[in-house]
Amino acid sequence: MVALVTIEGLTKRFPKQAEPALRSVSTQIRSGHIVGLVGPDGSGKTTFLRLIAGLLRADEGGIDVGGFDPVANAKEVRARIAYMPQRFGLYEDLSVEENLNLYADLRGLVGSARKATFERLLDFTGLAPFTGRLAGALSGGMKQKLGLACALVVTPELLLLDEPSVGVDPISRRELWRMVSRLTDEGITVVWATAYLDEAEKCETVLVLSEGDLIFDGRPADLAARVDGRVFMIEGIEGDRRYVLNKARQHEAVMDGTIQASDVRLLLNENAHAPSLASIGAGDEARLQPVAPRFEDAFIDLIGGGFRAESPFAGGSERSHDIAIAVEARGLTRMFGSFTAASEISFDVRRGEVFGLIGPNGAGKSTTFKMLSGLLKPTSGEARIAGVDLRTAASEARARLGYMAQKFSLYGDLSTMQNLRFFARVYGLTGARQRTMIARMIESFALTDKLDENSGQLPLGFKQRLSLACAVMHEPDVLFLDEPTSGVDPRTRREFWAHINAMVTNGVTVIVTTHFLDEAEYCDRAALIYRGQMIALGTPAELKAQAASSTMPNPTFEDAFIALVEENEAVNAP
Amino acid sequence: MWQRIYALIVKELLASARDPQTRWVVLFSPPFLLLIYAFAITQEVSDVTLAVYNQDHGNASVELISRFEGAEVFDQIIHLRAGADIAPTIDARRATLVMRVGEDFSRRLERGESAEVQLILDGRRSNTAQILLGYSSRIVETYNQERLDRLRATAPVRLVQRTWFNPNLEPLWSAVPALFAVLVAVVGFMVSALSIARERELGTFEQLLVSPLRPFEILIGKSVPALLIALTSASAMLVLGMLFLNVPIRGSLALLFFGMVVYLAAIVGIGLFISSLAKTQQQAIIGLFMYMVPAVLISGYATPVENMPDWLQGLAAATPITHFIVISKAVYLREAPLWLYFSHIWPMALIAAASLLAATWLFRRRTG
Repeated sequence: MVALVTIEGLTKRFPKQAEPALRSVSTQIRSGHIVGLVGPDGSGKTTFLRLIAGLLRADEGGIDVGGFDPVANAKEVRARIAYMPQRFGLYEDLSVEENLNLYADLRGLVGSARKATFERLLDFTGLAPFTGRLAGALSGGMKQKLGLACALVVTPELLLLDEPSVGVDPISRRELWRMVSRLTDEGITVVWATAYLDEAEKCETVLVLSEGDLIFDGRPADLAARVDGRVFMIEGIEGDRRYVLNKARQHEAVMDGTIQASDVRLLLNENAHAPSLASIGAGDEARLQPVAPRFEDAFIDLIGGGFRAESPFAGGSERSHDIAIAVEARGLTRMFGSFTAASEISFDVRRGEVFGLIGPNGAGKSTTFKMLSGLLKPTSGEARIAGVDLRTAASEARARLGYMAQKFSLYGDLSTMQNLRFFARVYGLTGARQRTMIARMIESFALTDKLDENSGQLPLGFKQRLSLACAVMHEPDVLFLDEPTSGVDPRTRREFWAHINAMVTNGVTVIVTTHFLDEAEYCDRAALIYRGQMIALGTPAELKAQAASSTMPNPTFEDAFIALVEENEAVNAP
Repeated sequence: MWQRIYALIVKELLASARDPQTRWVVLFSPPFLLLIYAFAITQEVSDVTLAVYNQDHGNASVELISRFEGAEVFDQIIHLRAGADIAPTIDARRATLVMRVGEDFSRRLERGESAEVQLILDGRRSNTAQILLGYSSRIVETYNQERLDRLRATAPVRLVQRTWFNPNLEPLWSAVPALFAVLVAVVGFMVSALSIARERELGTFEQLLVSPLRPFEILIGKSVPALLIALTSASAMLVLGMLFLNVPIRGSLALLFFGMVVYLAAIVGIGLFISSLAKTQQQAIIGLFMYMVPAVLISGYATPVENMPDWLQGLAAATPITHFIVISKAVYLREAPLWLYFSHIWPMALIAAASLLAATWLFRRRTG
């Protein structure tokens, strides 16, 4: 195979940033492959793609795309590549067809060639029935397909896709993947950037970026082979799996640990022996089962292990016992005009439970979440937190909950310390208690060096910590987390959940929304929300069991989600 | 509760102080604008070129023209040779006014008859033209007076003119107080209209709504900093006005500030109302301009309110800017009686109460 793109010692710095966005990256991209470009947010994926597309100029090193330099020979390179940025430039107020026309005009595609291409693309993306619909009214998955179609109006040699699967439901995600695989059969080379490590597994080769460094370049199976024989599952745990995880994580033999439904997954250090199950309190019935490594295990190994310290929140004060049911949802329904965003959603969340609202973007989980937290008035139905409706509740009731929004929503112009002080005051912490709590947050989240920096300028991981600090400083009974770890690197995600788990052990109730199906594994129970309906409710293990079949005895959470959605659609089909 | 409001006020002030954009828009640009506008106004009546077409050869016309030449307003004098030059001179803006003295000017005066001088003004610059006309008639009047004195005759009626409050009819004196009122409003509007919309756009607003802050607490916490910021900006403008523009303040500063606090409460109330209506900062800005431009136009800033039709006067009375322009002029130019202040302060207080209540109400509605 010939290399279509050759990259040598590529370095890119941005002004006002101490660390380069990319540090001397060298690699080759071979013709006809799907290359996964993997890494958490801020690791340099977009910079890498934009450099290849000639939209940025490299500081050092060179790029060769089929014999051309992307900046010097911009015209030749642009004729060969198609680039679909993270937010593809779809015009939301134009219809599907008008968007396609626009991109065809821009690319100079006219006459019968245009007609034939449109037919092929509409058929390929399955958008043919929706040509008259406004792009803004399409679902996340359909928007991405339209974006792809617009990028493909002229068949490129190289297709650069920047996180095409963000905000796309699992079913559309699989369809998108199948579509892109078909493109490689036609000889198109694809670079697929993603923060989802499971997507990387399916690529022929992967480039793994971490903080601007290319830390792996090769076949995913080779990466997974690094951790062969070191991954285990502790099954049949008696008692609290969070306790087991916490114990295991601190064991010297363990490199990484995560909760997987009712089990705990461990990654051991090289040549280490697994800790005895008794020493980590797993109970007599527990078994240690070797399992096949996943890409994420290898990734964690590559970056030197997960979060292993004890959360400072462990062993904190026990929350009040005055409530058994922390959150009640009774027939929650919300209409936006004639559109039903959420329909008849009911569930109870017990005190000290982690409850997940799981579903793709636009399915109604955020609407449900907002009705629960009092931000949105239900059209009908009722939401009660600790027995009170937050919409009408006194401000004292709101002081008992903590809220962490989806995107960073602290004051970017204020420093870390000023943000902490503001939220401390707003939540009624005064005098000595204010000082102790702020000091504790600074210590717990290692914010000491960042106190005077504007919070908007902090690295993603620190923003995450500061948001959590501001949400939990007043020791809330119920914690609302909206997509808390989307785009965050796996290590920060583990750290985040270590804190949450420690708080839950103290009796804090957590409501979390996520479209990141792996995260659902951390929940005690989860509600699957799809098209405004709650289609399933149960523990992650129950949900997986519900979806298990003879062809798929051990479904992943994503498999389970897709199976449950399809089942639901089959029942509701006219 | 007070601690929560205090927290919000501190946060708002810090955020404005730390954001270079806000700092510029709010604190530096209005005083800067005041100077620029003031400069522009002064600019209009200086740098004037007078063109003279003198067909007369007698002493009387030379004397009259020399008086024009001696007047400070005319920076440059050009002499035309033919009547045909007049039109092109005005067209090409080589001169703002042309004075034409007829060929029998001196002769007629000798004979004791009245003679005519023609002034041709550039109506495209009507404001300047009007001011120049004033200057010119005064020059002619003095000239007449002195001629009569020399002839020991008296004119039948003499008009003795004194413009109170602005004796020299300085254009700046009447423009600055009105400009000041409008610029103070601009600052108040900008700070308040952007505040909630901005937080909504950034997602921080939800963070506030789930906190123990009550809607009216958020509103107070948003109004007070906006008011303080606008007052600071206003003080800067006042100082600049005194230092660089030499516009004196005759009335009581305490009354001015008292009026300004009520005025800004009304402005901030309207700003917050617009802000809670908007989903994004862009919408807030558009909404703001849709209100602000007509409000300034009917406020008496450019045209007197008394000349407007009744229904428009009613609308003008519902605009805080209208009232504050009166107060501002009163403080700047004279020591007005107390009743005049209060007759304009209570309508502003009413507007403030109504708009702040409406903003709180809307704000509750829009949050769900």
